[in-house]
Formats: sequence, structure tokens, C-alpha cells
Amino acid sequence: MLNYIWAGMLLVGILYALFTGNMEAVSNACLEYAESAVTLCITMSGAMALWVGLMEIAGQAGLIEKFTKKLQPFISFLFPDVPEGHPARGYIATNLVANILGLGWACTPAGLKAMEELAKLEEERGTPGYDKAGGKRKEGRAASDAMCGFLILNISSLQLIPVNMIVYRSKYGSLNPSGIILPAILATCCSTLAGIVYIKIRYGRESGC
Amino acid sequence: MLMRLSVIIIPALIFYIVLNGVLNKTDVYDAFVKGAMDGLKTVVSVLPTLVGLMVAVGVLRASGFLSMLGEIFGGLTERAGVGAEFVPLVFIKMFSSSAATGLVLDIFEQYGPDSRTGLLTSIMMSCTETCFYTMSVYYMAAKVKKTRWTLPGALLATVVGIAASVVMVWNM
Repeated sequence: MLNYIWAGMLLVGILYALFTGNMEAVSNACLEYAESAVTLCITMSGAMALWVGLMEIAGQAGLIEKFTKKLQPFISFLFPDVPEGHPARGYIATNLVANILGLGWACTPAGLKAMEELAKLEEERGTPGYDKAGGKRKEGRAASDAMCGFLILNISSLQLIPVNMIVYRSKYGSLNPSGIILPAILATCCSTLAGIVYIKIRYGRESGC
Repeated sequence: MLMRLSVIIIPALIFYIVLNGVLNKTDVYDAFVKGAMDGLKTVVSVLPTLVGLMVAVGVLRASGFLSMLGEIFGGLTERAGVGAEFVPLVFIKMFSSSAATGLVLDIFEQYGPDSRTGLLTSIMMSCTETCFYTMSVYYMAAKVKKTRWTLPGALLATVVGIAASVVMVWNM
């Protein structure tokens, strides 16, 4: 995906510059922007080190585990057909907690494991398409309700503290870089609530998925 | 008001995490140093992507292509009181978070992070996710081809997030 976006941006930009006669500006911009990417990373290092360091403390002190346990009733509410004690639940919880805390690198692995476990669950249930060869067959597998819901939840964004944005803001001279935290939390709640309502409406309504 | 309340969140969080660590007899300092190293490694690992993408955005901007796009969407964004670059940002954010970051930094540079456009950008980026990217990666892991009601729900959440951001900025 990114392959096409990146190539497209560069090719379109250079071609467009050819027609508008902005080639000199483009030439300068290349070096200028490459340099500012490096400066940005240097500025970012401090906040990233601080944040990930704090999260490591939280992890070692069992804080993240505690949150994962607290999340179980919520998971039962959203995914009623995933049996209690199924490994998918643990991965879903870890993914959601990592998402909420903004641990980007921790949520994708847990999320992928959750999807694999949800696929296994459908396999155990004998859902069409989920037998051994199902993934390769032409008609393909259809997502289960739990998968749809899990993805919508992920895409609705759960992150509470937008660490990256705060860092970028301070780098570009904001007077109050963290001033966006509260509005961002409120906006995140809105998008997540909308996602949850939609999940509750669609979940389990169509037979034979 | 929203801005002032936001100020105490980070100190409060640090206080809570460290206190909890000490109470649980964790080697808080050792843990912190280890995590900080991981954080730095993450920064280094995104540097190549950032260079690539920021150069691409720089080329698009310098060529005049972005302002051309901006003119097309000008009427729409003018009514909301924000810069025209916001519209392409929304679309790119659905495909790639890092590509969007390049545009965000460009908006901060042009308008400043505390301008209305800058604030809207900051909040919108915080409350939406890369819809298409997440779907393709996650469904690849489960070898699923038919995504059923995932996309409508994901788009709904994204649109609500954007609308909420606009409302927040009006009230700041």
C-alpha cells in the first residue's frame, strides 16, 4: 500500500513541478525536508524514551496486567460469543490495553495473535471456509462477527494520550503542546462510542457468516 | 478550559505509575532505563520512513500540487474555518499513518500548531486510525477475504471522530 502512495507522491509532485515550473523549489525541498526529518527524530527521542520508560515500569509493576483483567467484563459485553477462557480473549485484552496506553509496537503483535485465535475459534465451530484449505479457496473466508467488532474497535482509535502529536506540536513551537490531551480524549471517546453502538447493532444479526 | 485541564494529566500519570511501581517493589529506575532504550530504538527505526515520507510531502508541496488540491476543496474547508490541507490529510490518514505524519508536520509548519487548523489536525490525528491499513494487515493474519460489516463500521467511527474534532476546536 505504502509503496504506491509514496511513489505516487514523488512522481506526481515532480511531474506537476515540470508543468508549473517549480522545479527549483522541488529540488531545494528534497534536501530541506530530509534534514528536518532527522531534526524531528532527535527532538522526538526525549519524549519517546520518557514515555516508553514509564510504560516499562507500569508493565513490570503488573499495572498493564491489572488493566487487562479489568477489561474482561467489557470483552464479554462486546464479544458474547467468544467463550470465557479462550486464548483470543487474552490477546484482545492486551491489544486494547496497549492501544489505550498508546503502545503502538505492543498492540499490533497482540492484535494479529487475536485474529489468528478468532480464526481458530471459527475452525473449531466448523464455520464454512475455515477448514484447513479454506483460506486458499477462491471464495475465501468471511470475517466472523468477533473479527468485525474487534477491527472496528481498533480503527475507532482508543489511544488516550496522543504522545506523538504532543511531541510534534512542541517541536513546531506550540505554546501548550499538551493542551490537546483532553479534547483528544473526548473526540476519541466519541469515535469509539460510535463504533461500539454500530458493533452492538450488527453483532450476531446475520446467520451463516 | 480544556487546555488548562490537559496540563495536569501528564504529571498525574507519571506520579501514579512511579508510585504504583514503588509500592509493588519494582526496580523502577532499572525498568525506566530499559524502557527508555526501547523507546530510542523505536525512534531510530522510524527515521528512514520519516525521511522518505517527508521528502515526498516536501516535493508535493514545493511543486504546487498541494495548494492546487487546496483550491479545489477551498470552499468546503473555508466554511469550517480551517486550512485547505486538512482534506487531503483525512484521506491519507486512512491509508498510512506515517504518510499522514509528513502532512501533519507540513501543516504545523504552514499554520503553526496552535492555529485552528493546527489544533484540528492534532485532535483529528489523535482520534482516528489508519482504516485500510489496519484492515489489510489484520485480515491477512486470519486469511479472511470477505470483511462483511467491518468497513462501514470503521468509516462511521472515523467520520464521528472527525466531526467530534471539529466541534472540539470550535469550543477551545
